[in-house]
Amino acid sequence: MTETDETNIKIQVRGLSKVFGSQPKKALELRNQGKKRPEILEKTGQTLGLSNIDFDVREGELLVIMGLSGSGKSTLIRCLNRLIEPTEGDIVIDGQNIPKLSEKELLECRRRHFSMVFQNFALFPHKTVQENAEYGLEVRGIEKKSRVESARNSLKQVGLDGWEDAYPSQLSGGMQQRVGLARALANDSTVMLMDEAFSALDPLIRKDMQQELIELQHRMKKTTIFITHDLDEAISIGDRIILLKDGEVVQMGTPEDILTRPADDYVARFVEGVDMSRIFTANSAMRSVRATARDSDGPRTVLRKMSDNGLDSIYVIGRDRTLLGIVNVDDVDAAAKAGKDTINELIQNDFPKAGPDEPMNNLFAMFNDKSYPIAIVDDNQRLLGVVVKGAVLEKLAEAGEH
Amino acid sequence: MAIDIPRIPLGDGIEGGLDFLTSHYSMVTRGISRVTQSGITVLNDGLMWLPEWALMAIIALICWRVANLRLGIGAVLGLALIWNLGLWDPMIETLTLVVIATFVAVVIAMPLGVLAAISDRFYSVIMPVLDFMQTMPAFVYLIPAIPFFGIGSVSAIFATVIFSMPPAIRFTTLGIRQVPKDLIEAADAFGATRSQKLIKIQFPLSLPTIMAGINQTIMLALSMVVIAAMIGADGLGSEVWRAIQRLRPGDGFEAGIAVVILAMLLDRITQALRKPKKKAS
Repeated sequence: MTETDETNIKIQVRGLSKVFGSQPKKALELRNQGKKRPEILEKTGQTLGLSNIDFDVREGELLVIMGLSGSGKSTLIRCLNRLIEPTEGDIVIDGQNIPKLSEKELLECRRRHFSMVFQNFALFPHKTVQENAEYGLEVRGIEKKSRVESARNSLKQVGLDGWEDAYPSQLSGGMQQRVGLARALANDSTVMLMDEAFSALDPLIRKDMQQELIELQHRMKKTTIFITHDLDEAISIGDRIILLKDGEVVQMGTPEDILTRPADDYVARFVEGVDMSRIFTANSAMRSVRATARDSDGPRTVLRKMSDNGLDSIYVIGRDRTLLGIVNVDDVDAAAKAGKDTINELIQNDFPKAGPDEPMNNLFAMFNDKSYPIAIVDDNQRLLGVVVKGAVLEKLAEAGEH
Repeated sequence: MAIDIPRIPLGDGIEGGLDFLTSHYSMVTRGISRVTQSGITVLNDGLMWLPEWALMAIIALICWRVANLRLGIGAVLGLALIWNLGLWDPMIETLTLVVIATFVAVVIAMPLGVLAAISDRFYSVIMPVLDFMQTMPAFVYLIPAIPFFGIGSVSAIFATVIFSMPPAIRFTTLGIRQVPKDLIEAADAFGATRSQKLIKIQFPLSLPTIMAGINQTIMLALSMVVIAAMIGADGLGSEVWRAIQRLRPGDGFEAGIAVVILAMLLDRITQALRKPKKKAS
């Protein structure tokens, strides 16, 4: 989970609208009277591509804009760097209002702030992988030596070192899109725009690329706006999601917000097909531990704790709640009968363990035949709580109802 | 019943226009004439100065490097035949005219083609003009050439340039317009200026198409410089022309075959240039 600073806004979009056609004023007038897209098209022949879009992009976040085809998501991302001219509205990045920029300022703004990754890669076929990666820097007039270096670095980042002299046509789709990614990274712009960047890749490669993007993004903290029509993709990579429909924002929030509290029927229908267990994390099913044994406890104390709480097994913790292992009732009972005064040699390590961010569907597979509850530990191996099988099932059932 | 409609004096109008141009712009035409003539002389003398075997070796080497060894051997055989038939000098004269006419045509065509690719308005203006230039019978260009530049090679070049230029313009426009939209969008997204797009993206990507246009231009130029023998252009055309006047089919075919050989060599070389060899990784 990224910690985004709420106050640090990178891009502010206010009242953004786009009309395709020759009489945008007429269309916007009708829109202001509350008419919707199909009616406006019928009356004026103008297509209302985007209507009154408001949102913020926070510094360092991965924002996903999601919608079906025709929802206006591609138009929206292209309005940000004015590949499509917005009809009205403000897009403010670092104090600059993009729609108001002159031609020259716009070029400068594109060079400094935006680099883009495209659905169909859009690599230059006459340039090598290296030259493609250098492109943004070449356009900016960076001298050869330093741009070769940055391009090489970013190719390494995406795992393409050794392919510098190949041509795009010699690479597979997945590798081509890595070049696209490297081209965007090498440019070192402040915002990365990704337009259905993984949609043309086959599913396995796509999963890999999503994973790599998440890692890359968390490592570099680059503000990223990612367009997709695929809710699964949106949920697995997005810090926040904006849902578009017919050129309007239907809902905005974290993946969990959208899934558990859909704003309207449209979102709810969208969400129906999603595998909910991937969204819920161990955290949401975790409960605090009823009792724990200390490594300094003797067998009789431990037995007492277990019988008081109706447990067959109990987690053993050291100082600072560091998890040491688990003991079960039969062993402790035997040790007590044998007159031992420590449980140290009874501690076992074959118990399931996970972090609080572990997705629910992974947890389910962790329960072994001994039915120990899953220990949830933090980065320092301190015991935070446990997840029992029943809680997982209960959460999954709850998810199914949505 | 004949209605008496006066004949539109279209021809008179055109003649008047041409007369006006000849008399008022004789300074310009004379200047062009002098420059072109000296260009022809220099190139012609240069090619003539080389011994036949040396030029043959150079052309064969070019064929081998850009295409393959087979074309190199073919070039040697074909040129040796021309030499043997005693048509070497006329062949050089024809080659000179083709090279200069093509050069001038391409130099004029490139910017026009680029402009037509960028501007829709210019495109809609120039396309009918090109249609006109291409469908007008080639002979017709010979007539105004004479008052402008007099009898001889310069007139031949003038007519040839007009006749052979359209494909170079068309293909340049086509090539640039054919560059995929998403590549242009990518260049825009990274903040490329118009000239950066043109030089680094559109031009290199349309090069094969542009080369196809130049190939067409060369072929048309060759056919035109042969016809231009009628207004006194030197070369293989004048050999054919003489054979017609003396009714000697044997001589005519010999010169004709020389034209075919020259055409094939020029065609194969420019075709081979179209397909750049892929660098292996």
